[in-house]
Amino acid sequence: MRFMFKTDYEDDIKLFPHGGYIVTYGVLLAFLVVAPFILSSYLVSQLVFVFIYATVGVGLMILTGFTGQASLGHAAFLAIGAYTAAYLQQYNVPFPVYFLVAGVLTGAVGAMVGFPALRLQGIYLVIATISFAFIIEEILARWESVTHGNEGMRVKALQFLGTTVSRDSPSFYFLCLAVLTLTIVGTLNLLRSPTGRAFVAIRDSETAARSMGVNVSLYKVKSFAISAAITGFAGVLFAHKLSFISPEMFTLQLSIEFIIVILIGGAFSPHGAVLGAIFIVMIDPFLTYLKDDVPGMIAAVAATFGAGAATAAKIQSNVAAFASANGLKGAIYGVIIVLFVLFEPLGLYGRWLKIKLFFQLFPLYKRATFKRQKIYVKSERNR
Amino acid sequence: MSYFRAENLSLHFGGLKAVDAVSFAVEKGEILSIIGPNGAGKSSIFNLVSRIYNPTSGRIFFEDQDITEEPAFGIAKLGIARTFQNIELFENATLLSNLLVGRHRHSTTQLWQELLFLPSVKANEKIHRRRVEQVIEFLDLEPYRDKLISGLPYGVRKVIELARALCTEPKLILLDEPSSGLNVEETDDMSFWIRDMKTELGITVLMVEHDMTLVNRVSDRVIALNYGKVLAMGSPAEVQRHPDVVAAYLGA
Repeated sequence: MRFMFKTDYEDDIKLFPHGGYIVTYGVLLAFLVVAPFILSSYLVSQLVFVFIYATVGVGLMILTGFTGQASLGHAAFLAIGAYTAAYLQQYNVPFPVYFLVAGVLTGAVGAMVGFPALRLQGIYLVIATISFAFIIEEILARWESVTHGNEGMRVKALQFLGTTVSRDSPSFYFLCLAVLTLTIVGTLNLLRSPTGRAFVAIRDSETAARSMGVNVSLYKVKSFAISAAITGFAGVLFAHKLSFISPEMFTLQLSIEFIIVILIGGAFSPHGAVLGAIFIVMIDPFLTYLKDDVPGMIAAVAATFGAGAATAAKIQSNVAAFASANGLKGAIYGVIIVLFVLFEPLGLYGRWLKIKLFFQLFPLYKRATFKRQKIYVKSERNR
Repeated sequence: MSYFRAENLSLHFGGLKAVDAVSFAVEKGEILSIIGPNGAGKSSIFNLVSRIYNPTSGRIFFEDQDITEEPAFGIAKLGIARTFQNIELFENATLLSNLLVGRHRHSTTQLWQELLFLPSVKANEKIHRRRVEQVIEFLDLEPYRDKLISGLPYGVRKVIELARALCTEPKLILLDEPSSGLNVEETDDMSFWIRDMKTELGITVLMVEHDMTLVNRVSDRVIALNYGKVLAMGSPAEVQRHPDVVAAYLGA
């Protein structure tokens, strides 16, 4: 067990409380730097998606995890970022410019969504953000002069300083990694300064935050804007990675995927966004596996237990029909959300913290450490 | 002119007059207690002063400035802090970050500086941290610095409420039943702290309290309320002897 001896107020402010962190994150960074040269191109591509999803996850976490304002509209913010990039690219605007414009524009839209959201709480806010997402989806499909409607838009490869950065190149991988890293560092910086603390204060008690001098409306709008801007930046990368965008990519299901990212990872730390992103990116390969390999395996098992050839074939086709059924993905998402909310509300990162504490305190760990306690009911009337 | 005064303050919920034309003044550096039976309108007055409710009529002045129209967050910036009867702490944060939120009105850094965590932000953070540490020392909260609020006992939370209010470096502090739910020793501690706040930190105190022992020990003046109206005002002994107050508590 490690005992921290603090001798300076800075010890409470540092990002890395002790040297062990520098070693572990150094190793992780070293691995990520060499990864595009040693891993297969498929895995590298998956990693890029992990980075993009994790960036959105961190953005959503600022709003939902830290400020306590739920949003099911982040697919729309992603779409605004992506379409801004695709639109400006047609006019040969350089990458750094449209990257920034996309972020700023999405942030401004986020602030605009934030204003009506000031009067909404909980489930009503969720409904409002869903409707916002539907409005944006509809605009993308109908405003054909700008978005080409349902035909979608092609996104050319990224041009930077006269060189073409292909979407599968290591350079693009490093760009996404850099955006994610900067987002995480910025978020951590925010959390250890007055703005981040004001966000957390709003999440836990608006009344108390107000009486401590926090302008609740201003900070909610700020939170919306920051969250949307980060998602907008991710949208540019998303557009480049897919090289083609159309309205049906930015549906409610995508928003739900983002919620799953932070729910499964753990909505209280950027670690959670990364873990959740890995999880959600792995779902598609898992479904493919379910579709391609599992029916045959089950049939083979059935055959060894004495099922006839006809029965085995029937089992195989039934399992295959189940595995490739429409909406299986949505059903899996639903089951995952329910299971995590019930049994692992702190997400994967929470589980990791528990395991870590178990070994740190061995054999004195007690399960109640992480138990949510609700002892005293707060007054609801002052909301 | 008084340091803080309320003039003809009223708060009506439909036909119910929770606060009815109440006027009172608080002098600088005094401890004024508001007492009264349940439902007398004590907490409503607090919520009016801290601008959580809008008064139906009447005006509130602080340091000769009309604060009736001030938004709730502006009150704290003027130097008025409050605690809550039903603890309103930030449950899922540590004691330190709760107290640091109390420093919010003193933060001067801009968003972009915070995103980059520039040296100026760091310097400010250290100043905040030092001020918070002084409050922690004043209220003996050292053992709980890095503890999550959700795991702390009620008595400690009550003290943290006070600590968070003190972190705003207020000129006037509103204490809403500071001793409710505390045992005898904790109430003793509380009364010393309230005294010290006045003598050492020079803070003016306006408090609502049911525990008459505490009221007698710390108050300079007492206001008794019933049905939203002022029954009596004066020294603790005077108010307790006042026939209307006796009638309100014991029945005529």
